[in-house]
Amino acid sequence: MSELNANSIELRLPSKLGYEKVAMNTAASVAKLMGFAEDRVEDLKTAVAEACINAMEHGNKMDDSLSVGVILSIVADSLEVKVTDTGDGPKHAQAAPDIDKKMHGEEDPRGMGMFLIQALVDEAEWVSSPPQGSYARMVIHLHRNA
Amino acid sequence: MQDQGTRVKVEEVSCAAGSPITVLRFTGDITSASQTVVTGTYEGLPETVKRIILDFSKVEYLNSSGIALIIQMMIAASKKDQKIVTFGLTPHFQKVFTMVGITKYTSLHPDEKAACAAFV
Repeated sequence: MSELNANSIELRLPSKLGYEKVAMNTAASVAKLMGFAEDRVEDLKTAVAEACINAMEHGNKMDDSLSVGVILSIVADSLEVKVTDTGDGPKHAQAAPDIDKKMHGEEDPRGMGMFLIQALVDEAEWVSSPPQGSYARMVIHLHRNA
Repeated sequence: MQDQGTRVKVEEVSCAAGSPITVLRFTGDITSASQTVVTGTYEGLPETVKRIILDFSKVEYLNSSGIALIIQMMIAASKKDQKIVTFGLTPHFQKVFTMVGITKYTSLHPDEKAACAAFV
């Protein structure tokens, strides 16, 4: 995980649903300061919120004594967001949701978070680093070909 | 942290030919915490209701758990032969709904007039 530097902001959130909005709104503020277009800011907000919810629910198992870490780092024309938790990380990539299967009860209506993150940011990865925990790393670029 | 809560107002509008259309007007956040309100409101609709509009124009925050609640409503609606159309989603959430495929089972409209017209 990258070191905090002068261009980094770190938050620690309790594992309580609703607090993901603190990270979401902080990320949006930073992205706006960097000059990201409104549609990219909205993409980032959803991706950060979903990563925090996953960290609370699956990583920290909703144990409110455990915190979710959020590190926002400005690197050149890119914004990197790492969301850390104490879990083992996802065991496998999440397939794209199949709405037909959901409508027919063959797939859980939930379980779209990782898919949305991957679809909305320019880079997304999940890293397991026991015993410290795991993290989701997302990057959006000011210029899409960066 | 207190979220914005979820409120659902049920109205009947007569903006198209035929029987009135039921509008569910959502306000606030739609998240996993909204299940009782969203599901309870839908299940409280009379069996005679066949045409439903979902109004998202005053929704402040919607996440994947909230989208899952909407999908669950659509699953129930399909079993009751109800048609659901929506309006008032931001461009971002119109994109998200399209990404997850919900648009196969509902249509997205910019405003209530257009949503009503979808029933004609």
